[in-house]
Formats: sequence, structure tokens, C-alpha cells
Amino acid sequence: MISPAANPADQPRQAAMAVLSHAAPARLAALWAGWPDKPGHHRVRGPETGLVMVRGRAGGGGNPFNLGEATVTRATVRLATGEVGHAYCLGRDGDKAMTAALFDALFQRDPARIEAEVLAPLRAEQVAADARRRDETAATRVDFFTMVRGDD
Amino acid sequence: MYVAVKGGEAAIANAHRLLADRRRGDRAVPALRLDQIVEQLALGVDRVMAEGSLYDKELAALAILQARGDLIEAIFLVRAYRTTLPRFGYSRPIDTAEMQIERRVSATYKDLPGGQLLGPTFDYTHRLLDPALATGDVEEPVVRPSIDERAPRVTDLLGHEGLIEPDMHEAQDDIGDLTREPLEFPVNRDLRLQALARGDEGFLLALGYSTQRGYGRSHPFVGEIRIGEVDVELDVPELGFAVSLGRIRVTECQMVNKFKGNAKVPPQFTRGYGLVFGQAERKAMAMSLVDRSLRARELGEDVDHPAQDEEFVIAHSDNVQSTGFVEHLKLPHYVDFQGELGLVREMRAEHTGLSDTLPLAGRDGEGGEAHSERAAPPLPASPARGEVPDGANGGIEGLTSAEAAE
Repeated sequence: MISPAANPADQPRQAAMAVLSHAAPARLAALWAGWPDKPGHHRVRGPETGLVMVRGRAGGGGNPFNLGEATVTRATVRLATGEVGHAYCLGRDGDKAMTAALFDALFQRDPARIEAEVLAPLRAEQVAADARRRDETAATRVDFFTMVRGDD
Repeated sequence: MYVAVKGGEAAIANAHRLLADRRRGDRAVPALRLDQIVEQLALGVDRVMAEGSLYDKELAALAILQARGDLIEAIFLVRAYRTTLPRFGYSRPIDTAEMQIERRVSATYKDLPGGQLLGPTFDYTHRLLDPALATGDVEEPVVRPSIDERAPRVTDLLGHEGLIEPDMHEAQDDIGDLTREPLEFPVNRDLRLQALARGDEGFLLALGYSTQRGYGRSHPFVGEIRIGEVDVELDVPELGFAVSLGRIRVTECQMVNKFKGNAKVPPQFTRGYGLVFGQAERKAMAMSLVDRSLRARELGEDVDHPAQDEEFVIAHSDNVQSTGFVEHLKLPHYVDFQGELGLVREMRAEHTGLSDTLPLAGRDGEGGEAHSERAAPPLPASPARGEVPDGANGGIEGLTSAEAAE
């Protein structure tokens, strides 16, 4: 569940970046390796690994508190055609962050193509994996039944 | 005062090489890989992430391997590693109501939206060791089509009657962060929760247990435990919107506690909260018990048991601090001990009523120990009879660098 960007124009890119950050590194690497016309680009920043302090809320919905940190790797690239791509991903995988930033930059140039060839397959895999987990969990759901009472 | 002496370098180097050998063990046995630790010792990895206060499974697995399975040593390694990384920022608060749930049970309500989902639990197992596990294949889990039904937090469901304390929303411009500022007591609940979330599971478990046994009774019920994955979002200034970084697994426990009320608050159920990285149900439950007992002052209860004493609990909950201070005792204290020896010799002489009191031993070695509980009344410095001069103790004082690291 992602908090939608305040500016509706940003929401497609925000959703695209979420699909990329949720992808397994090997999947992004494979999609990039199979990308036919790799654009010229240079690194603006990173990839660099740092920490994000993850916050929770007291009671689940109350005042925020600092739960603990997570490793995050970020990267920024600029395509030869001028688009700047960013990526922020949990973990320490610099290659994943670079690839995600490249796809983010390409998404700004040609969103339909990135959607069809990168995001749609990744999203389908992520949705299927989540559904599989939910179904495994659902099999452990307790079905209560009432024992026949002694009185008639 | 620390005295510079040298020696022991070769012993230390050889000890570390021996450690590496023993860590690897029998070379005929295949070496462990990190992915094996991540996948098959997952709850140990989760504990290292929670108490190391750093969510990164591969790093936690590496720490466990390096520490030979000593989880507190592994937690120490993770804490040390995190100091080498820059801080990018603070996430938005995670939303546990939107969790991709893998387990969810309530001990207070049988029928609730979303149902009781046992998930991968040790509950109801017979705790019989299974020798087949070391070799056997494992069946795929059973699947059942899930119902697309929201599973709201139980405490959100039950608030309606006003019988359960609601979540508190106060304008907070400053959320405490104990990794940035040293703790000063009293602390607010935000800092307590941060400390408890990374606190030692065993310590919090024992304290939670103590509240159940009567040391600060809090009449608890598990309103809900849920385990699963939540999105982590970070506001990125250069983009102007929140970016989803990915998902982390957390365990949340909502404890509800019978409360007799006070002058301002009518009788109701108050709440304790537990939130922990990874699958860590025992820790989350213990945390929620201790969180509630530490709210004693806020709720106008008497503070007369250990689990209600904020400074006692929070100052001793961190196992890296605890182990550092306990384990430092094994490092060389030769000079300190010489001083104490002289003191005890003197006291013994007074005790036995000897008239020819021995000259006092010098105590200069005490200066480096910054621990108030060891401070003894200052003694006049006078040359010790039969004592080695300060700083010139015999023996193999090779480990002074470690002593200086206190």
C-alpha cells in the first residue's frame, strides 16, 4: 500500500518506482540484459548504500516512534537524452539500484513501452507471489464450529 | 590512569587465527552459505535484525556466521556496521493495518473480520524432536483460495464501545531517536518503544513474565498478534513524493489490559504495544507487556516493581551495552586490582585490630575506571610497602589497549 503522491501527475511514476524497488535483483538484471537498445547514460549519484530509520506508530495508529533502521541503496542516472532517473531500494544491491534508476529514466521517455515490457511482467509476478502467500496463509485459517450442546 | 605497556600481539593474532579455524570447523563438512542461514535459520536472522536494529537479512546472516551462532555477538557486529553508513532519512510510519498478513491471531475475539490465521507457527506442535528433519524432503504447503477481506487491527474494531483506550494522536514535532541523542530519564513513550524494539528478548521476556506473576499486575490479554510484510516509504525531496523502498516483515502485538481507572479515566482496557522486525512473536508479546507496565506513571499507578521502573528497564534492556560492561571485566585490570588489594589488606589489618597498621597502598590505578559504584573513599597517596610501584606491575601486561577502550 503506497501513499499516493499529492500531484496526480506523479502517481504513475511513483507506482512504477514501487514495482522496480519490489523486484528481485536477478529479475531486474535479466530485464536489463534483454533490453535491446540500451541508452547512453551517466551516473549522477551513487549507487550508494545508507540507512533509513523505519518508523512505526504506538498502538499501530498512534504517535510515531523510531522502530529501527534498514539498509537502502540509491542511485541517480541521467540519460543522454536528458531524463533523470532515481531509485531507492531496500538492501545493499548497487546494480539493482542502477538498473531501477535506468528504467525510471526510460519510463519518463517512453512510459508505454516500460509498462508493457518491464512493469507489467514484474507486477504480474509480484501479484502472483502475494496471492500464493495469501492462499497458503488462508489454508491455516481456523474454521470454528459449535459442538452439539448436551441439552435438547 | 592507563599505563602503556606492550606485548601480546602475537598471542592475539594467533588467537584470532585459531578462532577462524574453529569457526570453520571440520573442513570435511561443507561450509555454510549465507543464503542457507537466511532461509533455514530465519528466526535467528530476524532476532539479529531486531536487536541489531538494522533490517538486512544478508548482513544478519553474515554476522551470525562470523559470530559462530552467538546471537548477541552477531547483534554487536551489526550495531558496529551500521555506524559506518550515512543516514538517508526517516521513513513514513509503516501501516500495519495494510500488512500482507502471514499470521494473525486474537485471544480476545473468536470471530473477527479477516479471521484467525495461524500461519507458520510453533503453537500446537508437540515439541518432539524430529530426526527426519535433517534428511527428509518437505511437502509443499496446502493452499486455499483466500477471501478478499480486510483484516483491521482488533484494537481499531473494539474502540467503538469506548471500553478500549484509543490510539493517541498528539502533535509531535520531535520524535526521539536514541541513536542520535543520549537517553535522559524520564523519557517519553516514543523513546521507550524504540529502546524496547531493540531490547534483549530474554530480558524483556523475564520482565513481562514478572508482571504476570504479580510484580506489577497488568491483567493482560492478547488483543491481536499479526505477522507479515509492510511497505516502507521514504519522502524523497528531489522527487516531491514518497517512494516505496520495498517491504519488510514485522511482528505486531496488541496487548489489552484491564484497568480499574483513576480520577480522570473511567475503568477500561488500556493497551501495551509491541512492534519488532521480523517474525518475533515472543519478543513482541514481551515488549507489549513491558510497554504497558512502563505506562504506570502516566496512568497514575504506583511504581513499585522492576517492570514499572523506566530507568531500570530501559537502561538495562540493551544487550550490546550489557555485554560490553559485563564482559569488559575479563580484560586486564591488573593495576586496579593492585589498588584494591592494598585497600583490602589495610581493612583486614584494621579489622583484626592490629596496632601496627600497614602503610596504605597507592591507588593511582583506580583513576581510569569511570564507574561510580567502584569508587572508594580516596586514600592518601603514600608509598606502598612491599607493593610494586604503580604502573610497573609484573606479568604479561599485553592487553592494555583493550583496557583503554573502556
